Amino acid sequence: MSDYLAIDHIDQVFQRGAATSEVLRDVSLRIAKGEYISIIGHSGCGKSTLLNIVAGLLRATRGGVLLEGREVNEPGPDRAVVFQNHSLLPWLTVYDNVKLAVDKVFRATRSKSERHDWVMHNLDLVQMAHARDKRPGEISGGMKQRVGIARALAMEPKVLLLDEPFGALDALTRAHLQDSVMEIHQKLGNTVLMITHDVDEAVLLSDRIVMMTNGPAATIGEILEVPLDRPRRRLDLAADPVYIRCRSAVLEFLYARHRAPTLAA
Amino acid sequence: MSMPARNFETPAAPGRSATLFALPRRQPDVLRDRVKPIAVAAATRLVPPLVMLAVLIAIWQLAAGSPTSALPSPTKLVSDSWELIAHPFYDRGGLDKGLFWHIFASLQRVALGYVLAAVAGIALGVLIGQSIWAMRGLDPIFQVLRTVPPLAWLPISLAAFRDGQPSAIFVIFITAIWPIIINTAVGVRNIPEDYRNVARVVRLGGLEYFAKIMLPAAAPYIFTGLRIGIGLSWLAIVAAEMLIGGVGIGFFIWDAWNSSLISDIVVALVYVGLVGFCLDRLIALIGRFAARAA
Ligand SMILES: Nc1ncnc2c1ncn2[C@@H]1O[C@H](COP(=O)(O)OP(=O)(O)OP(=O)(O)O)[C@@H](O)[C@H]1O
Ligand SMILES: [Mg+2]
Repeated sequence: MSDYLAIDHIDQVFQRGAATSEVLRDVSLRIAKGEYISIIGHSGCGKSTLLNIVAGLLRATRGGVLLEGREVNEPGPDRAVVFQNHSLLPWLTVYDNVKLAVDKVFRATRSKSERHDWVMHNLDLVQMAHARDKRPGEISGGMKQRVGIARALAMEPKVLLLDEPFGALDALTRAHLQDSVMEIHQKLGNTVLMITHDVDEAVLLSDRIVMMTNGPAATIGEILEVPLDRPRRRLDLAADPVYIRCRSAVLEFLYARHRAPTLAA
Repeated sequence: MSMPARNFETPAAPGRSATLFALPRRQPDVLRDRVKPIAVAAATRLVPPLVMLAVLIAIWQLAAGSPTSALPSPTKLVSDSWELIAHPFYDRGGLDKGLFWHIFASLQRVALGYVLAAVAGIALGVLIGQSIWAMRGLDPIFQVLRTVPPLAWLPISLAAFRDGQPSAIFVIFITAIWPIIINTAVGVRNIPEDYRNVARVVRLGGLEYFAKIMLPAAAPYIFTGLRIGIGLSWLAIVAAEMLIGGVGIGFFIWDAWNSSLISDIVVALVYVGLVGFCLDRLIALIGRFAARAA
């Protein structure tokens, strides 16, 4: 398997005054182009920390991230992030939120009308073109998350980073968006790194599921291949033996071998 | 296919004729439904303060009605200062001008000092909000300076500028700038981490970040500072003008006091209050407009 994105022996230690807390220890992961990877683990184990390191928003204490063989140590549109709470700019319309990114990334390479078409194309992709003139305050949580995804896709990232993109949504909206993301991944062949809490979501969407041990000093406990054919349909999978096997493997890892450490806390 | 269509049309026909009948009847309804709520809302806003105003004037009339009273009653005030009330625009040269011209001169000073304070205050506020070292260095100094009463700056500025006009403008500047600095700094410091991360992922440059993220995100705080600033400016200008003289509402009041024209002072106070109120509303309006346009 060729390494498109390589996470190489990452340690992360936070230092606050005299107190140090080791969050990640020796995390290594190789991801091929077009792969869909999920990271699953208990709350507080360091998933967001790992994603932020890949995004370049946080410098690892030791180790590094290589994208196409080149080290990345600052944020950039080649690793677009969809944040957990959408993080649209509330004073801009849906259209302008996406346009802000498009204008910045493609200012030199595309004409004004090409950029406009590209914004609309990406809004169409997430079925949000009809709300282009609305402000984030005027649309639902699921719609905001769609726009966040459109904004990230519009940067034509090499890697799409999703931090619990559907975490704050109700089950129906979540299923709907999962289908959208699956469809987009199928169509565009993006490389995706997604954090999730949801076992079904991880199995449904991923090629591989990265399961993290509990912190402090969390690391990758196990990596599970999900050998399900694509396109996947959630209704057909419910009774699929491969799906059931993967699902119970993840559940077993999370709840039998690596139970949440401080549920009392 | 034709059956449902016909079914649809048949009940629709009486519905249509019903609308035709209803139209003339509905028109007064529109008046009742649309105009009445607006009128009621306006009345609930306007009537109570007008009633209170009438009551207060009546009390004032009773309290100051006796011929020996030191302060003029409303009726005496109107008869004494009728010239001033009726002709705000007269101009006989020198200081002998209508109230409009005095207010206008004061407003010009306030405008100049306030605009300078807004520009410098936002710039310094951004600096303090952005840089932890600028904050550590400057914040304690500003916290001390902002408690200095506006007029205490006047002698120093007179010494520095050797002229009343720039001194008054400087006093306005120094009065208005602190709330603008402090609120801008708080607004910049409170920009959510998420917005900054978005800017970093997109790789916005310094100036783009300032214009596209920082200013809109901090705008509500900045306008709070601007609104406090305009109020303080208007408070300070009257006092400053009393001391520097020349055309202006402050010196007009001082001059009236020296000529024992108490009625004129009261008329001027009404003007000062109304203009201060309008300035506050103006900044609030600009703030709301900016929030919508951004
Ligand atoms: N800037 C920081 N300074 C100190 N400690 C931090 C910092 N950021 C995160 N941590 C700590 O690192 C640990 C992992 O945090 P992280 O946000 O990565 O968890 P997570 O796996 O994403 O959790 P969740 O699933 O709840 O989002 C937590 O214990 C947190 O307290
Ligand atoms: Mg997290």
